[in-house]
Amino acid sequence: MSDQSIRCECGHLNKEGTILCEACGKPIEGNQHIDGNDEKHVLEMRYEGSARRSQTYKRTFIDKTWAFFSSVKVGVWLIAITLVLSALGTVYPQEQFKNSPLPSSQFYAEEYGLTGQIFYQLGFHNMYSSWWYITLVALIGVSIIIASIDRYVPLRRALNNQKTKRHEVFVKRQRLVSKDNELNEDDVNKLKENLKSKRYKVYEDDGHVMAEKNRFSRWGAYVNHIGLIIILLAAIFRMFEVMHVDDYVWVREGETRVIPSTNQEYYVENTGFVYEEYDPETQEQFSRALEDVEDPVPKNFQTNAVIYRTTEETLPGQEPELEEVTRGEIRLNQPITFDGYALYQAGTQLEAEYDSMSFDVQLNDEVLGEFTFYSDEAPPEFHLEESDIMVSVDDWYPELEFTENGPSSFSKFPRNPGLIFSVENPDTGDSERFFYLQEDIIPLSEDNELVMNVTGVDRRSASGLTVKKDNTLPLFGLGAGIFMIGVVQGLYWYHRRVWIHPKGEGIYHIGVHTNKNWYGMKQELEKITEDTNVQEFEDQQELK
Amino acid sequence: MDKKKKRLIFRSVVLAILAGTLVFVLIVNAGSERPSLQEGVEAPNFKLDRLDQEGESIELHDLRGQGVMVNFWATYCEPCKEEMPYMDQLYEEYHDQGIEIVAVSVDRNESVINNFYNRLNLTFPSTHDRNNTVMELYEVVNLPASFFIRPDGTIERIVRGPVTLESLEGYFNEIRPQ
Repeated sequence: MSDQSIRCECGHLNKEGTILCEACGKPIEGNQHIDGNDEKHVLEMRYEGSARRSQTYKRTFIDKTWAFFSSVKVGVWLIAITLVLSALGTVYPQEQFKNSPLPSSQFYAEEYGLTGQIFYQLGFHNMYSSWWYITLVALIGVSIIIASIDRYVPLRRALNNQKTKRHEVFVKRQRLVSKDNELNEDDVNKLKENLKSKRYKVYEDDGHVMAEKNRFSRWGAYVNHIGLIIILLAAIFRMFEVMHVDDYVWVREGETRVIPSTNQEYYVENTGFVYEEYDPETQEQFSRALEDVEDPVPKNFQTNAVIYRTTEETLPGQEPELEEVTRGEIRLNQPITFDGYALYQAGTQLEAEYDSMSFDVQLNDEVLGEFTFYSDEAPPEFHLEESDIMVSVDDWYPELEFTENGPSSFSKFPRNPGLIFSVENPDTGDSERFFYLQEDIIPLSEDNELVMNVTGVDRRSASGLTVKKDNTLPLFGLGAGIFMIGVVQGLYWYHRRVWIHPKGEGIYHIGVHTNKNWYGMKQELEKITEDTNVQEFEDQQELK
Repeated sequence: MDKKKKRLIFRSVVLAILAGTLVFVLIVNAGSERPSLQEGVEAPNFKLDRLDQEGESIELHDLRGQGVMVNFWATYCEPCKEEMPYMDQLYEEYHDQGIEIVAVSVDRNESVINNFYNRLNLTFPSTHDRNNTVMELYEVVNLPASFFIRPDGTIERIVRGPVTLESLEGYFNEIRPQ
């Protein structure tokens, strides 16, 4: 294939698709439509008129794919689509938060009607982990990377190749120009001095002067794209348990549970749950505020926890050997932390379960003995030592309900305990039966001579704890930090250049370019041209 | 090297890396949703104390060479209780042919398990998964759930929900040692 490069009259060899010669800035014939320079007087300087290659070669499949992702238009569309979809996904709860025993196929239609049905059938109920959503986000990442490479590389080359000596057309077609100035040597020297005092770097070549400052501001956009890519990488890392854990565990008072998502390595014991309310009596400062409130206002939800770690690997199903790692109080927003994990207070079933029920057995107003039924142990019988009487537990229903088949238990949690006791009557030798439910005893026969009483119950709370580990946060921080550096770099500094172009015989054109903040540029020019014979600059864009 | 060739290689490499990353992420994402226990996978080992024989325990690994049905159940689960008699009915016949049943109860109290066992006179081994560790290991959410394990220790079939007498017989034949 023949060489597609274009040699400018200044001698510089430009890549195919170059709009302004990299060295002298002369518009290259036939390419002016790319940046719209054929219709405007002021030259488009966004990428220095460099050849963004994606816009020129579209031959192979790879090149076409590359060109597709390089397009800012495509990138903006991808972002817009993702934004709209992300918003739509929040219209109804995601599947994991639907909080219903109904399967999703029924839940959305029944709860939200037709729109819910559509929501479900489009797969929006599982949006953020769906393959198409992840693909969309990934395509944005691809677009960011390729578009950045495709602009950074030619822009950098163009800025490196620029020559001090520019073509007259280039200078005259800058937005801010001052043409045909009659300047003597003092004027030019004064200009150079002023430019230097404004921290411009001043270059000279054959009477041509170029002053430039803050070129690094041009890299801001690429720096913040690097930040975005790091954030996307951090999001990928969140998918791995080593980096990120988000789980939930219920622990009852007195109970030790394995902490989920820790490979069965850590256990948590709930040694006591504390619930406190604001009390207008003892805390007078709250009494006015509490006057209008019907329900008590909770002050503290607290789990006193001990964290253990298994000392050796045990087969699942066997009781592991545990050693204490740490202990402490978990309150709202005050987690307990250990080895990178944090347990947060997240839920309560306040006194929802019965820990124990105490009973006594009497005969003819004489107490034969007392016993306490602990719901966790649920022993099958009790021996009353005082009178040598056996009390046997015939049935134990932790959460009693009555079905067609008689009493049964709805769950294994003692939320509504029911017990059937048989007690032998020492006088008659007969077995007498009693039913305990709702903190009361019902004799199961009218002939019972024994009397059973509930002497006390002890309730307990269950505490819900979220398990969190997030090693990706530093990476998100790094990404966000780099992003901000890029933003600052691009926003607080301006890349500015001034070209002083001698036409000969003491006549000079001056062209000025800044990548943003033209108002500031004009202010600066007033200082730079002070005490010289330079005429006022015209803003050619305003003339249009 | 030819500039165009160089550029093509560069673009191809970048696109390949990006495409590879995307595919990798999608695979990881799909894997996190799918349960890791499936037909054909080795059944995770566990060791539970037996309730029907004091002081004895049962370890899945020791049952290699036999077809094993691991059945997760609880006394508060009605369909679980309904399928138990079927299991008992077939146990006698199939136990002689090298089939073992391990009933894993996820109840809280031993007494309720024993009560039920004794009431129905069940004969196959009864175990108690006190802390639900085995249940979690087997990714069981809803009861009942049964795992049919081949003599080589791999899972032949996972049944979520109750079995019937006929279906159970079919499953036993699938895992019966030759």
